[in-house]
Amino acid sequence: MKPTRFIDLVPHIVLIVGVLIFAYPIYVTLIGSTWDSGTIGRGGLPLWPGGQGAANYAQAWAGEAGDRAMYTPVRTMMLNSLVMALSIALGKIAISILSAYAVAFFRFPLRMAFFWLIFITLMLPVEVRIIPTYKVVADLGLINTYAGLAIPLIASATATLLFRQFFLTIPDELLEAAKIDGAGPVRFFVDVVLPLSRTNIAALFVILFIYGWNQYLWPLLVTSSGDMETIVTGITKMIGTGESANDWHIIMATTVLAMLPPVAVVVFMQRWFVKGLVDSEK
Amino acid sequence: MATVEIRNVRKSYGPVEAIKGIDIAIQDGEFLVLLGPSGCGKSTLLRMVAGLEGITGGEIAIGGRVVNHLDPKDRDIAMVFQNYALYPHMTVFDNMAYGLKIRGIPKAEIRARVDRAAEILELGRFLDRRPSQLSGGQRQRVAMGRAIVREPAAFLFDEPLSNLDAKLRTQMRVEIKRLQDRLGITSLYVTHDQVEAMTLADRILVMNHGVAEQIGTPLEVYQRPASLFVAGFIGSPPMNVLDGRIDDRGGAVLLPGGQSLPLPQPRPTEAGRPVKLGIRPEHLAVADAGFVIEVELVEALGADTVVYGRLPGGEALLVRMAGLPSCRSGDRLTVSPPADALHLFDAVTGRRLEG
Ligand SMILES: Nc1ncnc2c1ncn2[C@@H]1O[C@H](COP(=O)(O)OP(=O)(O)O)[C@@H](O)[C@H]1O
Ligand SMILES: [Mg+2]
Repeated sequence: MKPTRFIDLVPHIVLIVGVLIFAYPIYVTLIGSTWDSGTIGRGGLPLWPGGQGAANYAQAWAGEAGDRAMYTPVRTMMLNSLVMALSIALGKIAISILSAYAVAFFRFPLRMAFFWLIFITLMLPVEVRIIPTYKVVADLGLINTYAGLAIPLIASATATLLFRQFFLTIPDELLEAAKIDGAGPVRFFVDVVLPLSRTNIAALFVILFIYGWNQYLWPLLVTSSGDMETIVTGITKMIGTGESANDWHIIMATTVLAMLPPVAVVVFMQRWFVKGLVDSEK
Repeated sequence: MATVEIRNVRKSYGPVEAIKGIDIAIQDGEFLVLLGPSGCGKSTLLRMVAGLEGITGGEIAIGGRVVNHLDPKDRDIAMVFQNYALYPHMTVFDNMAYGLKIRGIPKAEIRARVDRAAEILELGRFLDRRPSQLSGGQRQRVAMGRAIVREPAAFLFDEPLSNLDAKLRTQMRVEIKRLQDRLGITSLYVTHDQVEAMTLADRILVMNHGVAEQIGTPLEVYQRPASLFVAGFIGSPPMNVLDGRIDDRGGAVLLPGGQSLPLPQPRPTEAGRPVKLGIRPEHLAVADAGFVIEVELVEALGADTVVYGRLPGGEALLVRMAGLPSCRSGDRLTVSPPADALHLFDAVTGRRLEG
């Protein structure tokens, strides 16, 4: 069957329009980060790169005083965000794969009760339980610590459910063959379940890393000192309340830098998905 | 190598009794086939021997040691599953070596054992491949290899050939037989395929609804089926079964159509008793006197021919003849069995009437 030119064209046009709509704001940010504050301030941002890029990025990265205010250096905020996002992503994966393993492979009293307990936490997002959580974290002395940033966000019903669903697709005979081969529960987990979960882990890692990186409300509450600032809360704090003009060139440079780690994770992990799919070991 | 003894073993799932007391002692090196229709409890029994299923009642001993409360890994058995259950992320070598690694066997010996098994099974070229890169038959062989390298006291097979196409199944059946002859390891083999059972077994345990209907060599089971169930399950096409009655002198069976077939041995004590009469299709031959049937359908299989006939009373009668068809549908045919090919069963219990 030969698609007609028209039928071939329509999806492309839709795609191109979509890409333009998504890409334009990013392009503006990118361009804005290469001009001086005066140009942006006058409201006449050109659509081509300016000459201030290197200076703007250096300034943002090192946190030198801008024209109007002092900021936490981007390198500090990036490090904080990175630690938080990695702890949340890896912590969630570790906790949820273990609890899913228990629920899917073991028969123990109240198994389904535990499963439902995990399940109903889906209905309690961070925002709902934020005050008691804050109280607990404060009482534990975890304000302004990495632990305080990451641990309350680690429990994950979604990831547990995803892993459980995947584990239910592993044939019983595989477990039985391993039992006969002499593998106990820990060995079976390490030697069989973990390697088979590789692609699921990679997919979840991408989603959860971005989830962690983009956290806003919780880091805002639980950090008060500049050196614990994460980049997402940091950017919003750079935008003033109206009393003074903003250093848009620094803000835009910071925003571009803030986008890089999630983009890097997606680009890098994408190879793993494809590899997992092409291997077709499942 | 070892004996496997199953003593009055029972299994209940809640109120449902899946295995209702089975007794059998399997000799060292014997090949026992568990044969029966789907759902009769074959897998359950095998899995109890493997330790994958708890034992509700009775005792299982492997090599003289009661194993009721041992883990599968401590029972010294190896199992081949219907879907092979190979580890998808491991190479063929690692699949075979995994159980040995866990048992702490030195690397060099693992290598030697896997290489030997690979040679026997002609898997040498595939040792570095993943299961997904193998054909069904090759995967099946890897599953066998995984069992062989363990050098266990007993092999347990659960319908290992059911996922293969017909040609490969025949080929692998021969290979399994050869392998077991060569290794001499006690084997329990579950199947619902009577041809597999007849060709592989030293003895067959025919199961139905969780009980052993008959235990015997393939020929015993074919020649002297212990019940109507066994008679109907073994043999293809299945045995003809007709209602009848032993005549007043105990010397013949009377059929509703008025025929009278003399018994090989007289049964004076059972005169007048209602019975079921079994005749295998292959034992009926065209004769001058006997059953007159109207031919309804003729199946030419090449080497032999199956004739679907109907008696005047309306009962179906199958006849299997050697060679090409000599009749057509609509024909009338007179067939009769030799006297020693009659099987008599109790009309109520379905058990064989001996003698
Ligand atoms: N885990 C289980 N729970 C309840 N009933 C079961 C279970 N496993 C098997 N059964 C029942 O036990 C009977 C025997 O099953 P199985 O041994 O698998 O049969 P076969 O292998 O001969 O086809 C079946 O009626 C089946 O429904
Ligand atoms: Mg079965």
